[in-house]
Amino acid sequence: MAIFKLKINGKQYQVDVDPSTPVLWVLRDHLKMMGTKYGCGVAQCGACTIHLDGEAVRSCITFVDSVGDQEITTIEGLSENGDHPVQEAWLEHDVAQCGYCQPGQIMSAAALLNSNPHPGDEEIETAMSGNICRCGTYTRIKQAIKTAANS
Amino acid sequence: MTIEKTTLDRRAFLRSSVMAGGGLVLGLSWLASAASAVEKATDVSASEWANFNAFLKIGEDGRVTIFSPNPEGGQGVLTAMPMIVAEELDVDWKNVVVEQAPLDTKLYSRQYMGGSNSIRSGWNPLRKAGATARQMLREAAAQSWHVPVGEVTTAKGVLHHKSSGKSATYGELATAAASIPVPADVELKAVKDFAIIGTSPKNVVGKEIVTGKPLFGYDIQEEDMRIAMIVHPPAFGMKLKSFNASSVKTMPGIKDVFQIKVFNEDYVWEHFDTVTFNELVAIVGNSTWEVMNAKLMLEVEWEQIQDHTITRNDYYAGKQELNIPSKPENSDWHKSASAEMAAQPGNVLRKDGNPEDAFRNAAKIIESTFIGPWLAHNNMEPYSFFAHVTDEWAKLKGPNQKPGLTVNALSHRLGMPVEKIEVEMTRMGGAFGRRSYAHWMIEAALISQHVKAPVKLVYSREDDMTGGIYRPYYRADYRAALDKNNKLIAFHVKAGGLVESPLINPNLFPAGAVDNYLAESWQIDSNITIGSYRAPRSNFMAVAEQSFLDEVAEAAGIDPIEFRLELLDRVKTNPVGERVGYDADRLAGVIKLLKEKAGTGQAGVHRGVSAYFAHGTYVAQALDIIIEKGKPKTKNVCCTVDCGIVINPDGLKNQAEGSIVDGIGVAMYGNLTFTNGVPDQNNFDTYEMIRYGDPLLPETIDIHFVESEVDPTGMGEPAFPPIMAALANALYKAKGKRLYSQPFVNDLG
Repeated sequence: MAIFKLKINGKQYQVDVDPSTPVLWVLRDHLKMMGTKYGCGVAQCGACTIHLDGEAVRSCITFVDSVGDQEITTIEGLSENGDHPVQEAWLEHDVAQCGYCQPGQIMSAAALLNSNPHPGDEEIETAMSGNICRCGTYTRIKQAIKTAANS
Repeated sequence: MTIEKTTLDRRAFLRSSVMAGGGLVLGLSWLASAASAVEKATDVSASEWANFNAFLKIGEDGRVTIFSPNPEGGQGVLTAMPMIVAEELDVDWKNVVVEQAPLDTKLYSRQYMGGSNSIRSGWNPLRKAGATARQMLREAAAQSWHVPVGEVTTAKGVLHHKSSGKSATYGELATAAASIPVPADVELKAVKDFAIIGTSPKNVVGKEIVTGKPLFGYDIQEEDMRIAMIVHPPAFGMKLKSFNASSVKTMPGIKDVFQIKVFNEDYVWEHFDTVTFNELVAIVGNSTWEVMNAKLMLEVEWEQIQDHTITRNDYYAGKQELNIPSKPENSDWHKSASAEMAAQPGNVLRKDGNPEDAFRNAAKIIESTFIGPWLAHNNMEPYSFFAHVTDEWAKLKGPNQKPGLTVNALSHRLGMPVEKIEVEMTRMGGAFGRRSYAHWMIEAALISQHVKAPVKLVYSREDDMTGGIYRPYYRADYRAALDKNNKLIAFHVKAGGLVESPLINPNLFPAGAVDNYLAESWQIDSNITIGSYRAPRSNFMAVAEQSFLDEVAEAAGIDPIEFRLELLDRVKTNPVGERVGYDADRLAGVIKLLKEKAGTGQAGVHRGVSAYFAHGTYVAQALDIIIEKGKPKTKNVCCTVDCGIVINPDGLKNQAEGSIVDGIGVAMYGNLTFTNGVPDQNNFDTYEMIRYGDPLLPETIDIHFVESEVDPTGMGEPAFPPIMAALANALYKAKGKRLYSQPFVNDLG
């Protein structure tokens, strides 16, 4: 066990965990932030996507001892009132079905738009190809990303 | 979401009312009155809706809380079911607060998700619940104002009396309405007067979803809660022999390691009690990561099972003995054993005319064999359940498609009456049939009982994918005979699979359209467990049949759409046989609408079509493929739907779009194979799912509904099965090769 200081959603946190603990479980089990989802544990589904200094990463394979002073953003901290343009576009297109993968989808989309405010179809597909949705909401997600890009 | 202080508890009040059972019978022609075995089974449960009467309460401020009775797993009923109540209650949707009802087997019945049946079965009871409350409010107003009740009207939660100019909100009269006797009969709105049904309010928990609120079973946090995981055998046909917990018990954060037995040996399974691995090792600890690590270190010995039987009350077949063979299974054996069965006579389910003679005298015979692989459900949320079991009571919470049924198994296993067991339904992170078999609810309860503490049981993705209860391996052999004028004179289908046949309803299309018709079925015992998977059985029969009909139409030299319409004309004018399990008018209706909406194809566009009736709803689809950079690419899917009255058009479109994407993905990639009983795939690195950037993911999807005043049916499943055939037929046009065996990716190269 070791003490780690983490900056998450603009706040400082301190946790005492095994250094090999993935950030996913630090968030969920130790800090009770349940928005970041477990889907596969091997970086294949994208449900656990968070931002590390603004870049989308899979928190299930990001070990807590590798974070250092990089800033973590989770779905809970993407916006104060749930009104990030990507979240609003998701609501406008009523994207979600079961909704389980959507926080990860939104975090991937928000990171894409951070670095590329007006992505083309292929850029959207590449950036989003790590996020699986069994409900099959991909067509609405693409529309929502385009709406968010234009807002 | 807050609950306003209310002036009365409508749920308790309405409990005394006796509502007529919500009928499932749709306004169909005589053809549909010949219900299939499946429809009959559903009717039985529908009659139980008479007790389903605890839907709403009205606050003093006029806000209405509507309890949505059925579990929500992405199919949209948490929005759509309350819309129906609100419609007949005549309130403004913006004043409606929706809550998931608790499991209550006395207040509600049929609290489950399955068969695209929530809306179909809920339609009448939900309407009556809203209309009854509205009628009582009108009578309360009439008494208060001393006017005839017939003169009291309502509009958006306000009662009016025109000639006196009096008016009052529902909230003002809610208390008075509570003392009004429950009317025996209530008037329901005419379809033309619907103000909420037919509009598209957004998902009532959309905001919670996009902000990551803890809606799911995996997200449950309770005070003093521990995390539990299970270790199950690595292969089908294996069971627990022994384990050594000593090295694991001392690992950081680990509290306990012990064995649990899901059911006792003499327990008779109900339909949804399927358990794959009855004896498990449970590991309980402080955090998920610590328990995951302990799982890896646990020393376990497994041994081969013996041949044995399990007694089970099947939903359709009644009491049956399941033979569980001990032999470890391989995918090659599934293939060869199925081929052997296909070569022998099957169990004849339907026979019209004289198929043997017709085939003997045919000018042309078309024969094809279709294979559907084992499929894992792969809900994005792996299985989880919270349990807190004490000697006196049990509190459970989590994702469960059939809480009203599986709670009985839990009660039996704990030896605790159902009244002492509280089950809360969380939103399900995908369901697709798999969450009907809630063995993890019982597992969680047993673990909590053992450690005497609240516990959240979580499965890893690997536990989930290798845990059984799959869509079975299926095979269908088709033969069709054409005469010298290319008329279809005989049709033969023989289908079966591991543990069950996909063919349990032999009266679906094209039965009734062909003079000589034969349907046969077979099945093979297996130690791999099976269960409902989105659109059970039709998820295979649709792709096989609709691909085969395309092939027959081609052999007959007829356009595939005209070929289907000609057959349906025959059913309408002069049906063959005594039973036809579909409405030929409605099936022809979606095909004709498809012709109109999809238009004629363009040069360079390869179109595959398909039409299917399943789970109460009629669907036709046209999938257009172009060749880009030498590879097939899906441009557009046009999908027409007859699901009767459309409750929430955008919600239904979302369901159809998702089903189409899911169907294309499953047909292309879905595949679970076995080596010596071990699943060869255990996570998304080996089990391929459709992703962004896949050229077969449609660029656009158009959904069109048949205008209808027929009672509504569901949309969670019906658009899923036929798209696989539309895809196969389009790929054939594009590549010149028929696809008979899923996953199609293996044959496309």
